[in-house]
Amino acid sequence: MSVVIKAENISKQYRLGEVGTGSLKDDFKRWRYQLMGKEDPFLTVGEENDRTIKSNADYVWALRNVNFEVNKGDILGIIGKNGAGKSTLLKILSRTTGPTTGSLKMKGRIASLLEVGTGFHGELSGRENIFLNGAIMGMGKAEIKKKFDEIVDFAGVEKYIDTPVKRYSSGMYVRLAFGVAAHLEPDIMIVDEVLAVGDAEFQKKALGKMQSVSKGEGRTVIFVSHDLNAVSQLCTRGLLMKHGQVSHVGQISEIISQYLSDDVKKPVYINSFPSASKPLIIQKVAVLKSNGKIASDFFHDEPVSLKFEIKINDPHIKANLFVMILDGKKRRVFACESESVHSNMLLKIDSNFLVRGNYSIHAFINQPKIKQIDVVEDECHFNIIDSGSIMAKHYEYDYGVVFGKYSWSV
Amino acid sequence: MQPVLTEKEEKRNTVIEPEEENWDLVIEPKHSLLDLKLKELWKYQDLLWLWVRREYVGAYKQTIMGPLWHFFSPIFGTLTYILIFGKIADLSTGGVPMFLFYNAGIAIWNFFNGCFSSSSGAFLSNAGIFGKVYFPRLIMPMASVISTLIKFGIQISLFLVVYLYVILAQDYRPDVGLGLFYVPLSLFLLAGIGFGFGIIVSSVTTKYRDLNMLVGFGMQLLMYATPIIYTYSSVDPDLKKYLALNPLVAPVEAFKHAVFGIGDFSAYSLLYSFCWMVVLLLLGIVLFNKAEKNFMDIV
Repeated sequence: MSVVIKAENISKQYRLGEVGTGSLKDDFKRWRYQLMGKEDPFLTVGEENDRTIKSNADYVWALRNVNFEVNKGDILGIIGKNGAGKSTLLKILSRTTGPTTGSLKMKGRIASLLEVGTGFHGELSGRENIFLNGAIMGMGKAEIKKKFDEIVDFAGVEKYIDTPVKRYSSGMYVRLAFGVAAHLEPDIMIVDEVLAVGDAEFQKKALGKMQSVSKGEGRTVIFVSHDLNAVSQLCTRGLLMKHGQVSHVGQISEIISQYLSDDVKKPVYINSFPSASKPLIIQKVAVLKSNGKIASDFFHDEPVSLKFEIKINDPHIKANLFVMILDGKKRRVFACESESVHSNMLLKIDSNFLVRGNYSIHAFINQPKIKQIDVVEDECHFNIIDSGSIMAKHYEYDYGVVFGKYSWSV
Repeated sequence: MQPVLTEKEEKRNTVIEPEEENWDLVIEPKHSLLDLKLKELWKYQDLLWLWVRREYVGAYKQTIMGPLWHFFSPIFGTLTYILIFGKIADLSTGGVPMFLFYNAGIAIWNFFNGCFSSSSGAFLSNAGIFGKVYFPRLIMPMASVISTLIKFGIQISLFLVVYLYVILAQDYRPDVGLGLFYVPLSLFLLAGIGFGFGIIVSSVTTKYRDLNMLVGFGMQLLMYATPIIYTYSSVDPDLKKYLALNPLVAPVEAFKHAVFGIGDFSAYSLLYSFCWMVVLLLLGIVLFNKAEKNFMDIV
């Protein structure tokens, strides 16, 4: 098998915030370093990309040292959560933006379908747009002419071919656009979530087309989607992205199960990339039974304990820990605050308080009235199971999130 | 110290290397500034023509008069100029009928201005499409220069109709002959300067748009520094020294020489403009290629 794509140490840095005097200052510094023949000073700064953690850094790495190879004929599925760097990687692959460092080597013609119908002009007819779109993707006029009938047939728009595409339904529009790209005969085809738009029949057709270009014609396809069904049907290999880095590469089934296991809601939160620049960091939070064991299922008459491990880089800073409990609908149940921060802290929630359902927590380290130093959002998932409370018979009814403390009198 | 390779390893290295290094495309953060990527541009020539067509056809769909609209602004512009510069300010037209003089001036200035302003917006106005697919970005400003040329063709046809009418009916005898060959040369120089300057502005303004503000009113001033509404020969000799620095003077005068026989230029002044054009084009392409790489992140 020959390698057709080789990514070596690809990184992409973005600047946060607006373009203004701040960025001008940084640009001057960059130029000065360049003139002196030194390396770009901003390549050494920047945080790993995790949107859930509030950051004070100006630079962020959307991709960090990404390495992979793709063989000829592979259908590679790229999966990962939102913000894992999939789209940035695709942008670099399709050359709409360049990498900050590293290099990418490719063999053959590349066609990208980052968004279907690129360059379509609503006022022009389907026929004119086929030619235009094909040319944008690098086809010559003669080549498109040869493929024209096939494209129209694939898209199923014979009747409307001389109508301006602004009159098309969104499905027709996508089919036409995908048709052009699919008949481009690229050696490498990059596809991003286009299938979400068409109807079931079209989706099947598109998947089939992608499969046939890979298997039958030995072309390479890179497919990015959140639709794990489509990915598992279509792809042979997978690449799992996490926080801008390649987390796993391998057979698609392994990668999908890896992705799903990452996604299981865990009763433990661990900060795997603690930033050294913060004075206080929430390193680990665990949900514990009264015997001290980590667990995710609790009976309603059992106490739930939250154990916080906090890394103290600066012991002089005055701060407190603020914890909020959320129910399954992300409604806030209650919040509490500590007086100070210690490296090990335990918060006990009394038994007979939370009703049955799923819960999670937000936790912040606050410098009161100054700023939030560290934030953990919607982590440490646990379940409360009603083992026979007074409300147990209303099991399907939303009767609130806590057992009230009350008494009747007549 | 060199690592000692076994015979087998050596063999593998020599066999695999040429195959492995045979990449069609290598994307790296930096590339040579001197690589103008003209070969790639040539490969996309079909796109150039289709894009011209798209801009052109797209603009007039659902209008009844279509491209005839191009006549309106020059006619009213010419009438305004006749009134203000001809009647009120009483500027000399060098013996050329006023309508022809101002109409030709407007057409040639619109041509230069069109080449410049459509190229200078190349990145900002095409950001949407540039963000989705790769093709040589220079295609876009080139296509807009070609559509500007078509627009000029339409506008100049109005001029020709009036020109012929004045010659036949009003006995106007301009001193025209082989000088007509200066028309394509003049258009070529103006297009090259406008395009080169335009893509420089386009590349420089992707991140900091301040220059755009300056350019807007700079173009207005430039028009008055170019013999559009006056004849170059009527300019005070002291002032002429400075005006001669403007590379637009020679091609505009050459154009006037071609159609009216009244231009004031020399081979040297044309050469001067040509040098400007070459420098602006080279600098423009280098800057443009540099800017296209990461412009999506900063636009």
